[in-house]
Amino acid sequence: MGFEKFLFYVLAATLIAAAGMVVTRRNPVHAVLFLVVAFFSSAMLWMLLEAEFLAISLVLVYVGAVLVLFLFVIMMLDVDIATLKAQFIRHLPLALVVGVIMLVEIFLVVGPGNFGGESFPNPAPQGPDYNNTRELGLLLYSSYLYPFEIAAVILLVAIVAAIRLTLRHRPDTKYLDPSKQVYVRKGPDRVQLIRVPPEPRRVPPTATPTSGVEDEA
Amino acid sequence: MIELSDYLMLGGVLFAISVAGIFINRKNLIVLLMCIELMLLAVNTNFIAFSHFLGDMSGQIFVFFILTVAAAEAAIGLAILVVLFRNRRTIDVEDLDALKG
Repeated sequence: MGFEKFLFYVLAATLIAAAGMVVTRRNPVHAVLFLVVAFFSSAMLWMLLEAEFLAISLVLVYVGAVLVLFLFVIMMLDVDIATLKAQFIRHLPLALVVGVIMLVEIFLVVGPGNFGGESFPNPAPQGPDYNNTRELGLLLYSSYLYPFEIAAVILLVAIVAAIRLTLRHRPDTKYLDPSKQVYVRKGPDRVQLIRVPPEPRRVPPTATPTSGVEDEA
Repeated sequence: MIELSDYLMLGGVLFAISVAGIFINRKNLIVLLMCIELMLLAVNTNFIAFSHFLGDMSGQIFVFFILTVAAAEAAIGLAILVVLFRNRRTIDVEDLDALKG
C-alpha cells in the first residue's frame, strides 16, 4: 500500500504541475502538449481508482482525438504570440485572489474532517475476475439505455454543426451536384457528342492548301 | 492509504487552477477552451473517486456522459473559433464586443 500512495503523489504532482503550465504558457502549442501530460496522468489516477475503461477511453478519446483537434486548429490559425504576452500581468492578481479563495473554500468542505478515512473507508480491492468494462456495459445498456442514445444523438448534432459551421462554398471550385446527377435521363441528357473542328493543317506555302475541316466521330 | 479527501482536494486544486487560468488568459480563446477541459477533468476525477469509495458504478456512467458532451462541446467550440478567426482575424476575447457585453 505504500507504493500506491507514492504513485498517487507522483501522479498528482505531475497533474498539478502540468495544469499550471497549461494556464501560464504563452505559446498555445506548448499549452496543448502540457494538457496531454495532464490528461495522461489523470488517466493513470483513474486507473488507481479501478475505473479502467474510462481511463483508457480518456487517453483514446481525449488525447487521441480532442487534443489533436486543438493542435490542428492552433496550427491553422495564424495567432500572433507577441500580442498575447501583453496583458498577462494585468489579470494576474485577480486570478490569484479568486483561485486562492476557491481553493480555501473547497478545502474547508472536502478536507479530511468531512471526507476522511473514518467516514469513507477504503473499499476492498476487486478480485482478479472483476471486469470493469463488463460492469459498465451492463449498467449502460440496461438502466441508462435512453441517456446513452441521447448521447449518440448529441454526437451526431455535434458532427453536423461543426461541418456546417466551417463549410464554405468557393465559387471557383468545380464540383459535382449529386441532386442534378440523379435526374439525368437516358438519352440526350447523359451523353453529348460534340463535333470539334480540328486545327487546320499547317501547310508549306508552296503546296496547294487543302480544305481544313475534317469530322471526327 | 489514499483517502477520499485526497482525491477531492486534488480535484479542487485542479479546478482552482483552471478558474485562475480563465482569468489570466483573456487574450486567447483557445486557452480558455483548454481551461474548460481541465475543469471538466477535475469534476470527472471527483465523480470517479466517489464512485470508487461508495461502490456505486453510476458515477462512472456520469463520467462517460460528461466525456461525450465535452467532446461535442470541444468540436463545436473549435468550429466557432475557426469561423470567428476567418471573419474577424482575431481570437482576442476583448475584441469580441459586437454584442456590447
